[in-house]
Amino acid sequence: MIVEETHDCRDAFAAELVRLARDDSRIVAVCNDSVGSSKLGAFAQEFPDRLINVGIAEQDMVGIGAGLANAGLVPFVCGAATFLTARALEQIKADIAYSLANVKLCGMSPGLAYGALGPTHHSTEDLSWLRAIADLPVVVPADPAQTSAAIRWAAETTGPVFLRIGRFPVPDVSPPGGPAFAYGRAARLRDGRDATLVATGTMVSRALQAAELLAERGVDARVVNVSTISPLDREEIIAAARQTRAVVTAEEAVPTGGLGAAVAEVVLETRPVPMRLLGPRTFAPTGETAFLLEHFGLTAEGIARSALEVLGLDDG
Amino acid sequence: MTLTRTAGGLLLPDHDAIGEWRRLRDRLAHADRATSAAALAALAGGIRRTVISTIHAAGLGHTGGDLSVTDILTTLYGAVLRIDPARPDWPERDRLILSKGHCSVALYTTLTTCGFFSADRLATFAAPMSPLNGHPSRKAVPGVETSSGPLGHGLPVGVGVAVGLRLRGSPARTVVVLGDGELQEGSNWEAAMTAAHRGLSSLTAVIDRNGLQQGAPTGDTNDLEPLADKWRAFGWEVAEVDGHDHLALLDAVTAPRTGRRPRCVIARTVKGRGVSFMEDRVEWHHKVPDAEQTRMALEELR
Repeated sequence: MIVEETHDCRDAFAAELVRLARDDSRIVAVCNDSVGSSKLGAFAQEFPDRLINVGIAEQDMVGIGAGLANAGLVPFVCGAATFLTARALEQIKADIAYSLANVKLCGMSPGLAYGALGPTHHSTEDLSWLRAIADLPVVVPADPAQTSAAIRWAAETTGPVFLRIGRFPVPDVSPPGGPAFAYGRAARLRDGRDATLVATGTMVSRALQAAELLAERGVDARVVNVSTISPLDREEIIAAARQTRAVVTAEEAVPTGGLGAAVAEVVLETRPVPMRLLGPRTFAPTGETAFLLEHFGLTAEGIARSALEVLGLDDG
Repeated sequence: MTLTRTAGGLLLPDHDAIGEWRRLRDRLAHADRATSAAALAALAGGIRRTVISTIHAAGLGHTGGDLSVTDILTTLYGAVLRIDPARPDWPERDRLILSKGHCSVALYTTLTTCGFFSADRLATFAAPMSPLNGHPSRKAVPGVETSSGPLGHGLPVGVGVAVGLRLRGSPARTVVVLGDGELQEGSNWEAAMTAAHRGLSSLTAVIDRNGLQQGAPTGDTNDLEPLADKWRAFGWEVAEVDGHDHLALLDAVTAPRTGRRPRCVIARTVKGRGVSFMEDRVEWHHKVPDAEQTRMALEELR
């Protein structure tokens, strides 16, 4: 197997934000003592007055974001995804979404990215929490190209958004040539007739690898990259349910409420087919991220195995 | 940003009321103190009567807090804030954020006295599909800067506004009106630190210090004192005034700044102010006056 080059999507985020800020003086960054982990060092160097580091105070940070937007600026509010979303959830609901504040919430290092730092630092519930909030788009880029395109879209679009910026290294998955990110649209990265693998973020490249493994077993798997979790691209999910016999979802988040639940709602309401929802369902044990992903079956092999099971083709 | 106001009732500027409000502002700009005090007292009296009638008609509201904050809102909208009710999104406007969003009826009524929308719309307060919710929504009500209701949200937003206006080079000011009970929320103190650290001298917090929260005095629940010392320790300049004395409030809010510090005005108020049987009575936090109580209250407020 060819070893692919992998990337930390925070680097693409940081570079794009600096590029955008050069052209748009309204763009500011807000963070919670996370200049390093949010990769805002270059931004701080070039725009020292436009970086507002509030210290370790997430409720304050999100409220300040809403206020900056009220004053006519375009704030990118950055913090480790778990602290940003869990600590400031009520501010996200009331000050950002319900107030339709033009704030770009950037949840850094989500999912299991913090590895052995443990479940206090894992952000596995954020997709569930935020998907439940009206008027708040939830965007999960899968590679650097998608990350850059999503950041550009967020800056150009008036209104709130949550962007989940991955830290765990991923290979490029966006097809060359086309637009890397289209808001509200899922991307069919590989066509297939037997089963559909619906993935988001770090799981997209693994779903593509799983499709290769399934092809070796004679199973023709479709792969769909859902980079906008909310609002979900219902048409693409309905097509998957109509045109293939089973759907497997994979995400670095609890499927109860996240991508898995979102897809299951559409499948259930339109064209029920057998499904498997992959994602961590317990607090993680100790271990580095790669180990934890394997532990929860979030690997190419794990996704392929689930597809075979749901199709009734597993050896067991 | 242009907002899509919610369906079920667009709130449009009331140009007659705007004209009246502008004449009041012009008059106050040149009036002696006694004349100003009388004009603001008359405005506040009218707001209190409308608050009582509106809450009685809707069967919903936070009567006690509405009456304690009325003079604060009257002073700010009547004599301080540089706003244009015909253009609620005017970028250079002063911002008022009502952090104690449960006192929405006092805010809505005050906004109608400026002409942000017509006073006859207050009759829809809390009715199905009305833009006038129990807590103010930025999407629905012109003049509302941020949706409030959950406590401890206003000051962080106000800090963000003040930071943003300064970055933009705007001289506009930011005023956040807080309840005293909500100071038990830690988010206020996060924001208080940030405001002082950043030297936000365009920011003023006015605390409606009525001493009561939903179920009991603040002192019996989770004591806030020594409140002025706390704000001073957090790096703010502090003024303590009678929160029903319009000129004292006006002086406290507009006095020249002594340095790069945010200002806290502790406005000592009486919950239920103006209605004898409501004053300083904890049960009037969100009790709704019946027909006879409404008649008696309006009589006292004449």
